[in-house]
Amino acid sequence: MTVESTAARKPRRSSKRTSAAKTPAKTPEGSGPQLVQLLTPEGERVEHPDFEIDLSADELRGLYRDMVLTRRFDAEATALQRQGELGLWASLLGQEAAQIGSGRALRDDDYVFPTYREHGVAWCRGVDPTNLLGMFRGVNHGGWDPTTNNFHLYTIVIGSQTLHATGYAMGVAKDGADSAVIAYFGDGASSQGDVAEAFTFSAVYNAPVVFFCQNNQWAISEPTEKQMRVPLYQRAQGFGFPGVRVDGNDVLACLAVTRSALERARRGEGPTLVEAFTYRMGAHTTSDDPTKYRADEERAAWEAKDPILRLRTYMEKQDLADAAYFTALEEESVALGKRVREVVRAMPEPDRLAIFDHTYADGNPLVDEERAQFAAYQASFAEEGN
Amino acid sequence: MAAEKMSIAKALNESLRKALETDPKVLIMGEDVGKLGGVFRITDGLQKDFGEDRVIDTPLAESGIVGTAIGLALRGYRPVVEIQFDGFVFPAYDQIVTQLAKMHARSLGKIKLPVVVRIPYGGGIGAVEHHSESPEALFAHVAGLKVVSPSNASDAYWMMQQAVQSDDPIIFFEPKRRYWDKSEIDTESIPGPLHKAAVAREGSDLTLVAYGPMVKVCLEAAAAAQEEGKSIEVLDLRSMSPIDFDAVQTSVEKTGRLVVVHEAPVFYGSGAEIAARITERCFYHLEAPVLRVGGYHAPYPPARLEDEYLPGLDRVLDAVDRSLAY
Repeated sequence: MTVESTAARKPRRSSKRTSAAKTPAKTPEGSGPQLVQLLTPEGERVEHPDFEIDLSADELRGLYRDMVLTRRFDAEATALQRQGELGLWASLLGQEAAQIGSGRALRDDDYVFPTYREHGVAWCRGVDPTNLLGMFRGVNHGGWDPTTNNFHLYTIVIGSQTLHATGYAMGVAKDGADSAVIAYFGDGASSQGDVAEAFTFSAVYNAPVVFFCQNNQWAISEPTEKQMRVPLYQRAQGFGFPGVRVDGNDVLACLAVTRSALERARRGEGPTLVEAFTYRMGAHTTSDDPTKYRADEERAAWEAKDPILRLRTYMEKQDLADAAYFTALEEESVALGKRVREVVRAMPEPDRLAIFDHTYADGNPLVDEERAQFAAYQASFAEEGN
Repeated sequence: MAAEKMSIAKALNESLRKALETDPKVLIMGEDVGKLGGVFRITDGLQKDFGEDRVIDTPLAESGIVGTAIGLALRGYRPVVEIQFDGFVFPAYDQIVTQLAKMHARSLGKIKLPVVVRIPYGGGIGAVEHHSESPEALFAHVAGLKVVSPSNASDAYWMMQQAVQSDDPIIFFEPKRRYWDKSEIDTESIPGPLHKAAVAREGSDLTLVAYGPMVKVCLEAAAAAQEEGKSIEVLDLRSMSPIDFDAVQTSVEKTGRLVVVHEAPVFYGSGAEIAARITERCFYHLEAPVLRVGGYHAPYPPARLEDEYLPGLDRVLDAVDRSLAY
């Protein structure tokens, strides 16, 4: 089955809720959008008329490794938050295929504008995962140089980065480069005005940008029905560029669709909206309690569509990896977890005076004055011999 | 170009032209800035000479203008964006406060955002609602932004040159009712630092601090006071963030009296900040409390009432008298 109604993939809404609702029964999920899929939840390779992919066994093993290590890193970070080592963590559990598939579609010279959950994309860009943890531990607001890996800092205000991506892409076009830009955002952010403005600007200026929306069904506690009346990907049409919905738990489809969108951008044909239809298996962040607003059955239904399991099934059926491969990967995964724990626990406390650092690029006498006052105040304790 | 008389509008236009000529990374963006040259014609003729790729008519979306300018700056460009009127900046306020102001610090200094946000501001032109406001304090309050306003053609030219060259984001408030005022400008002179205040008129009895459109009012007040034998110093602040407190202090230590004048409401305005700091710095020099003259804690009124709302010559002189009476 290459195309299916997503309504069949969602748990049925209770009749009570449907009859009580005064709003139209038609929902984004219920309108039968085309879903690009190349690997079924059962691990069967299927074809799609518009998107094809031909990967070597090495490449498939690479994608599998990326997803496994990303999930391990993510689980480690969640555990570190529970242990009090991190103040907060935004888990990507369940979204590995969307992030690895799209992340591996990128070239080195492409530029990524993430939200705060793109740990898998960061992995693909070569950002050391421990660098992502500084902001969640509270030692900085983002510890990596965006220009080293063309991976921008995490943006916490939702949707803001879609405009930065659009502007950056406008600059790429002005430079006559054939790089592309990708902006990540979520179903919740799609309600933000900035996202609509990014669509408008990118369309008007034909900017080489891909809008990659991970529709993980939940904006903290608000389901997609509270964000939209038509399937998200269809919104692109109104702005004058194509939109496509892809199975966000299918790493092959995410890779193929993103590649195609990036190539389109490189050819000077403008933006594309990709809606990766996926599911946030965990909480919004570690501060959230999803049991208060969503049913266990819904999560269980998505569990069956796990992105990692389906690729493993396929690889095993096709004999693309042997037991030694999986054992070695498990060992690598354990080692990554160990390194993450050690690096986080060893992160130095920031210097007190770092409060004032980098407020301005060209300096500011007020900052200098307040820094000096603060330093003198701190020094006064030392003089008193504590 | 030797010294000549020029309007503030023309000086800004010349300065932007010079910036476009000097640095190919400089871009102009905004609503109607292209063929029309902006509603105040500040960018008149620039698109014709530098093309649509560098002088960009944008969709009517202020957040989009500033947000894409940030992206362009990340790519190495130096955008100068125009917000059409003061009251229309607020859709962009989120991008300015949460992104433009903080990204340099967020990146631990690795990212620089050389973006200039030009905002024609202030009243006195008989406009409808949202076209006459002075929101400078809302930006000066935000660490990471620098906020300036010229009061004359020479400063308009040079401060714009310096703003474009700054690696920090600059909110550039243009006194719209003074756009057509002409004054002498020398585009070959060497300007002082962007964030230093300037003594617009020397005096010994009282210091008037103002910026942008109120400098002219204060100079007129000082001239009127002179006829009554009062010697008023007028300090043109030029920069509302950072503020050149040293210059204010030097003046107040000489005169012992300070009145701060701005169009913006006095409540939480820059006058409050200046009064607090100068009281701390000059407590034993002050002969009177620092007084403020400005707008009221009310929405900017309809045009037929704006002359009552805006600080004029008489209200400034009234404050001068009150200060001198202590």
